[in-house]
Amino acid sequence: MRRRSIGWLELYGLLFIALLYGPMLLLPLFSFNDSLYIAFPFKGFTVKWYEAMVQDSALLAALRNSLSVAIPVSIVSTAFGLLTAKALTRFRLPGRRAIVGLIMVPLVIPFIILGIALLTTLRKTFDVPLSLWTVAAGHILICLPFSVMVLISRLEGFDRSLEEASLDLGESAWSTFWRITFPIVLPGVVSSLLMCFTASFDEFLIAFFLSGDGATLPVFIWSQLRFPQKLPNVLALGSCILVLSFLLIAIAEKLRRGGIPTEKHSGF
Amino acid sequence: MAADAISSGAGQEPRAQRWSIVLCRRLRAWYLGSDAARGYLLLMPTLAVLFALLVVPVATLFLTSFCTQVYFKIDCSFTLANYATIFEPSGEVGYFLGIVPYPEMETPIYAVLLVRSIWMAFLVTLSVMLLAYPMAYFLAFRVTRNKIRWLILITVPFWTSYLLRAFAWKVILGYGGVINSGLISAGIIQEPLSFLLYNPTAVIITLTHAWLAFAVLPIYVSLEKIDRSLLEAASDLGDSRIERFLRITLPLSMPGVVAASLLVFIPTVGEYVTPTLVGGSSGKMLGSVIQSLFGQANNQPLGSAVSLVMMLVVTLLVCAFLKVTGSKLKAREVQDA
Amino acid sequence: MASKDNSFISLQGVAKHFGSLRAVEDVTFDIKRGEFFSLLGPSGCGKTTLLRMLAGFEVPSSGEIYIDGQPMSAVPPNARPTNMVFQSYAIFPHLTVAQNIAYGLRKKGLSKAELADTVEQALQRIRLGGYGQRLAHQLSGGQRQRVALARALVCRPKVLLLDEPLAALDKKLREEMQIELRQLQRSVGITFVFVTHDQEEALALSDRIAVMSKGRTLQVDSAARLYEAPSCREVAGFIGSMNFFDGTVTDVDGDIATVDAGSAGALRVPVNGHATRRGAKATVAVRPEKMEIAWQPPQGVTNSVAGRVTAEAYFGDRSHYHVEVSGLPHHIAVALQNSQRSLDTTEARGRRVWLTWPVESSVLLPQAGG
Repeated sequence: MRRRSIGWLELYGLLFIALLYGPMLLLPLFSFNDSLYIAFPFKGFTVKWYEAMVQDSALLAALRNSLSVAIPVSIVSTAFGLLTAKALTRFRLPGRRAIVGLIMVPLVIPFIILGIALLTTLRKTFDVPLSLWTVAAGHILICLPFSVMVLISRLEGFDRSLEEASLDLGESAWSTFWRITFPIVLPGVVSSLLMCFTASFDEFLIAFFLSGDGATLPVFIWSQLRFPQKLPNVLALGSCILVLSFLLIAIAEKLRRGGIPTEKHSGF
Repeated sequence: MAADAISSGAGQEPRAQRWSIVLCRRLRAWYLGSDAARGYLLLMPTLAVLFALLVVPVATLFLTSFCTQVYFKIDCSFTLANYATIFEPSGEVGYFLGIVPYPEMETPIYAVLLVRSIWMAFLVTLSVMLLAYPMAYFLAFRVTRNKIRWLILITVPFWTSYLLRAFAWKVILGYGGVINSGLISAGIIQEPLSFLLYNPTAVIITLTHAWLAFAVLPIYVSLEKIDRSLLEAASDLGDSRIERFLRITLPLSMPGVVAASLLVFIPTVGEYVTPTLVGGSSGKMLGSVIQSLFGQANNQPLGSAVSLVMMLVVTLLVCAFLKVTGSKLKAREVQDA
Repeated sequence: MASKDNSFISLQGVAKHFGSLRAVEDVTFDIKRGEFFSLLGPSGCGKTTLLRMLAGFEVPSSGEIYIDGQPMSAVPPNARPTNMVFQSYAIFPHLTVAQNIAYGLRKKGLSKAELADTVEQALQRIRLGGYGQRLAHQLSGGQRQRVALARALVCRPKVLLLDEPLAALDKKLREEMQIELRQLQRSVGITFVFVTHDQEEALALSDRIAVMSKGRTLQVDSAARLYEAPSCREVAGFIGSMNFFDGTVTDVDGDIATVDAGSAGALRVPVNGHATRRGAKATVAVRPEKMEIAWQPPQGVTNSVAGRVTAEAYFGDRSHYHVEVSGLPHHIAVALQNSQRSLDTTEARGRRVWLTWPVESSVLLPQAGG
């Protein structure tokens, strides 16, 4: 009786994973298919779509654009996120909940509204020309909540008296941060960097509204979807992006959920 | 404070200098004593970003919604015409869920699309919860080893390009796509099935799949928090396994379910990518209209009004939902996911 | 305000409010140089907040703290002449034991060799020689406690602050560490300020103790005086156990007052400097071990109360009795030393007894508003 019910849930778990990953795995699968059409039966193995991909200059330009947005965005979001997380976990702040709520708002507003709101403000009201800068601004807004979440849980996870002990032993707030806080939150910082990088690198809608002439990779992919003859290239590119995102996020999650070196004492 | 009395030995110093020393010391004491001062100093950059990129834009959107588009210029004399337009019957044909089209009726196209978007988001949320809950339950109560690996396996797909995942479904459901070509080459069907793609069901399937990975986590966290001795106590007091689930486990995991539902429902109402890729005209949602009002149709004030009405209606629904579920849901519950 | 000769730390009207919570209210007392001083009270009484104000982690909402004559409110924790042993010990998890101990020495301008030397000496002193390269999680609770102590002491603070440093240890280790701590304090001669909720620990270790409750200090005194001459009912009840007889003063004759304690009769008690007058409300307090039990009506004894034994407990070296006195709202506790070997197992429960005690063994406590 008991044994059987365990079996059912386990079966469901496996089915769930299969359902989750199945559709995504089709992209890499068909990216090696020697046919212009994404359909069964397989016509044969080829890497020509990958060859075509690396020769596509528009694609490479989009890749460069994406990187030049995602890297600074991840750094800035993580730096701001760290300051914010420290302020929220280490000080008794009036209005703490309101601030946390405000930071999390971009997570619950449809991205399309963030996109148009930023577009109206930057382009029409303040007449800022659309560029990779405007994309980066939008991406910082959506990366901040992730960064703050990851770093808050990391900072809450370690004993506050470690920092107090350092101050007590004569170090200033600044050197305490670098000698104690930073080494202990480092896994969280790396995790946040990777998450923000991936979130920015893969983000489409806000980039769609806010990029001017220089398309980022997802915007480039979107523009290619209209042309059936370009689809195999998109498959090859998409497979690469999926694999990259998968690796980065897996590392980030591993770091984030990995053990915190502080042991909890019986005292509190 | 007794601070000034201490410097009494410094009588010959110029008065101003003494005062400034006292002032400095007081400022320093205030700064050290005030958590708020030190905390807000650290929050400055983030608050600046939020102000410039969130508060100002939403305010601008609000103001724009009372303006009028005149070709490429926006006339900002106050008007409520945009809001009126949303609820005005239009000459266009309205579909409702693709199932009940009203070709004869003149319907307010934006209002109908709003209702349809909410209904579809509701269906997506429901199916996500039904599918994610057992998985979260499995993770919390059955998985004992390699828990972190399982969690990572579940979470990672959410972070990988949403655009590509939606695209994958277009490829799967398409006329010449994976399912049709697979069934044809297996000899099951002769002609491709045309009802797979370009309808609300395709949108709901794609969005359910997109949110599935995300929703497991909050539910898992609230299940994991349940003190196991409560379950033992329930059994001890005579509950069967199913009664115990319904009376203890489910109610105690509701905060996670509520949080996950909101995090799925709210962004889904404004969905743009999926309906555009797989929805066709019957699966169209409000997001597509908003996009076109800011793009080809070039009517930003109307687009702003539509967006704001959407946000307002969603907010009201969420408040009603929270009231009904009676849970004072804290953002914190979501955070520790 | 210049510090008095023997006051090394001076708290002047110190208060700390967290929003509407008044954690510490109007605390004023001095701590002498080289003293082992304890802050004693139940959890939530404000003792830890007071200690954290001495360390600089909290700044008083009002009042001022002076250490060695210097006002401290504008001095951040890293510039104060204090070091702290945290309740959780706060051993840096990413640093080795040696790096932990050397942590506060960086600014002292020591050469590498001197630094290594100091650390090694400190390790020897806490009997952890050879443990320098270990990490915190490889140490036992007692070892961590000693590392925390060494880390603070190598900085040669003027004041060492200890926040319940023994609470996380088991009973046997805790008793060993109490003795070590007291010896250590005598040998280094540094002023110790020690926070604890364990009254026995405080009595055993301290030169003087401040008993705190609800953010206020009730009495600041030596262990013996706190026990034998408590200033108020709360102190009397918190330290050891105490029997109380409430009544009215009927007569004051020099150093002796007579209190009419209702059904307990007229009790004579030393005034001990308390301002009292005829007609005032007062309480007579007697420790359980200062009472005697008479199984027959006593003759010619001043203080005697009749009652009936309702419960007894045998502890080997002593026996405890609960005696019900008709008309009193609560029972009287009596502790008798079993100083003579006896196998007498006669049940005491239910027997009628007379409680007696010498006049000088009782304490007069004025009642609030009396």
